[in-house]
Amino acid sequence: MATTSAVTQLGRDRLLDAYRTMRTIRQFEERVHTEFATGEIPGAVHLYAGQEAVAAGVCAALNETDYIASTHRGHGHAIAKGCDVTAMMLEIYGKAGGLCGGKGGSMHIADFDLGMLGANGVAAGGAPLVCGAALSAKMRGTDQVAVAFVGDGGANQGAFAESLNLAAVWELPCVFVVEDNGYAQATGTSYHLRGLNVASRARAYGMPAEVVDGYDFFDVLDAANEAVIAARQGGGPALIECKAMRFFGHMEGMDGQAYRAADEVDRLRADHDCLDNFARDVLGAGALTADEIAEIDGSVAALVDEAVRVAKAAPAPELSELLTDVYVSY
Amino acid sequence: MERTLSYLDAIAEALEQEMRRDPSVIVFGEDNIGGMGCEGKLGNAWGPTKGLHEKFPGRVLDAPITESAFVGAAVGAAATGLRPVVDLLFVDFVGVCFDQVLNQAAKLRYMVGGRAKVPAVLRAMWGTGMRRGAQHSQSLFSLFAHVPGLKVVAPSSAADAKGLMISAIRDDDPVMFMEHKLLYFSRGAVPEDPYAIPLGVARTEREGGDCTIVAIGRMVHEAVAAANILAEDGIECAVIDPRTLSPFDAETVYESVERTGHLVVVDESPRQCGMASDIAALVAENRFRALRNHPTTVTGPHAPVPFSPTLEDAYPPNADRIVAAVRSTVAAKDRV
Repeated sequence: MATTSAVTQLGRDRLLDAYRTMRTIRQFEERVHTEFATGEIPGAVHLYAGQEAVAAGVCAALNETDYIASTHRGHGHAIAKGCDVTAMMLEIYGKAGGLCGGKGGSMHIADFDLGMLGANGVAAGGAPLVCGAALSAKMRGTDQVAVAFVGDGGANQGAFAESLNLAAVWELPCVFVVEDNGYAQATGTSYHLRGLNVASRARAYGMPAEVVDGYDFFDVLDAANEAVIAARQGGGPALIECKAMRFFGHMEGMDGQAYRAADEVDRLRADHDCLDNFARDVLGAGALTADEIAEIDGSVAALVDEAVRVAKAAPAPELSELLTDVYVSY
Repeated sequence: MERTLSYLDAIAEALEQEMRRDPSVIVFGEDNIGGMGCEGKLGNAWGPTKGLHEKFPGRVLDAPITESAFVGAAVGAAATGLRPVVDLLFVDFVGVCFDQVLNQAAKLRYMVGGRAKVPAVLRAMWGTGMRRGAQHSQSLFSLFAHVPGLKVVAPSSAADAKGLMISAIRDDDPVMFMEHKLLYFSRGAVPEDPYAIPLGVARTEREGGDCTIVAIGRMVHEAVAAANILAEDGIECAVIDPRTLSPFDAETVYESVERTGHLVVVDESPRQCGMASDIAALVAENRFRALRNHPTTVTGPHAPVPFSPTLEDAYPPNADRIVAAVRSTVAAKDRV
């Protein structure tokens, strides 16, 4: 639980932004879950609900010009980095006007103008890319920082281990954010990830690393601020390991979550909801009012309604798009 | 007198000239400086990056032996404003970082609807003949040419190596730049001023009206040797070096086949699903009526590259095998 001073220190505008971001992610994901069941959304969709405080907390520590690279479970990161919700929904429906023209889909949502280097269909795919973005920032002499989001599953990838070492060797301005949501698909973290945790692996590469409560926006923000500021000032890479379980299954459409305890999700929603935690803290500190929270809830619901309406009504991409963007020139 | 350079030095000159021209060009890979973290002298690179770090301090980096991380980093750096030229050393090592090439570099632009570009060059040594065994002697360009989003360049001469490297660096797409290890110390006339040879344009090494030979990399030299032998018997061969395998300049091959009616394709890598069979198929599909006999491929066998010099020397095609293939195809000229 965040202290009153930690809450009020942030200021009203940033608190409102943080809540709006988390509520938008939650509303977006709950709605995609519902709409996916109608059969209108093609392909594979991996939902982020439950982990909102991580995306919102980390991105609250970043500037617009900073970079993030995401995972297959990327909607939350995209929203937190500022991606347009309607363009995202269009993309998930595979429609013209989508953030990637309908050619990427849920697993490849990106907006390079906002430093969002893309969701990624390969576990830990973002980690090497972020080393490159951080190298680019360093070489170009900017103070940009690059953040790689990686799941507990991706944290076992060789490319991830290599990236930790490379970032340390080249003293890159980057931060690795590992989201341990309890499961790599349907295999539990306690089985597939050995050793104490991912943070201890990162420390072995000589970088600072911290384990934080991923249900607590303020905890995540504190850790992110520390890591991002250090990276920006030339202190090199760091790792933050956030513990926050997802509310939905690995992927929509294969949703029999028999691998989880029967009441696990109900308990998470009742006792470990990062939005409830945030509201409790800001209301308790008198920093925001219940009316302000309700107003955001209403406007976000309308925003997501509109995004779905637009996405359903939009045309498919032109067939000519099949062959564009393969190369700049060929 | 024309200035000559080795193939290796021609690539080095291209790197240096492009780094001087464009501050966004950076270079990294294992031992690209050589000696970082050691007590002895810095600068132990032996390849085209030798000495570059002295001319461009801070823009040449040694990388740990972590190809996934640093090839992926090249993609990330390219997508955020730099033009990295990255060294894989032996192309065989793509096995440990193929995801970065296949799923990240090649597809990023398409997946994001054209909102990014990946102007990276991945340099790699390829080919048989260096007595390095099966994991250091492959060609593999057919794998890369198969993947939409990648460009693939395989020069056979010092002059082409320089001009194609300059184009590869200036190109906005990811380029696999394949350097044949046995050609590194071959020499040729190389203009000193920077020049760009466009990607996707073949070079006709030798004109001839009786048979078209398309050859890749070091095989261009074997094809020319074969053509010289055949010329003594009055069989004149055109020898075409595609130079770029993706995009592939099919038109130059078609035009030649329309004149000769015969096609022999030479590639030291295995034929199955490879460049040679693809070039033969292209001609068969698109210029069938121009052919007076079936296209013929002369390739390495469907086997890993062996170590023993006796065995390895039997692996790639040579002038004799090319001569035999040409004689066989042109002999049928009057029967079809």
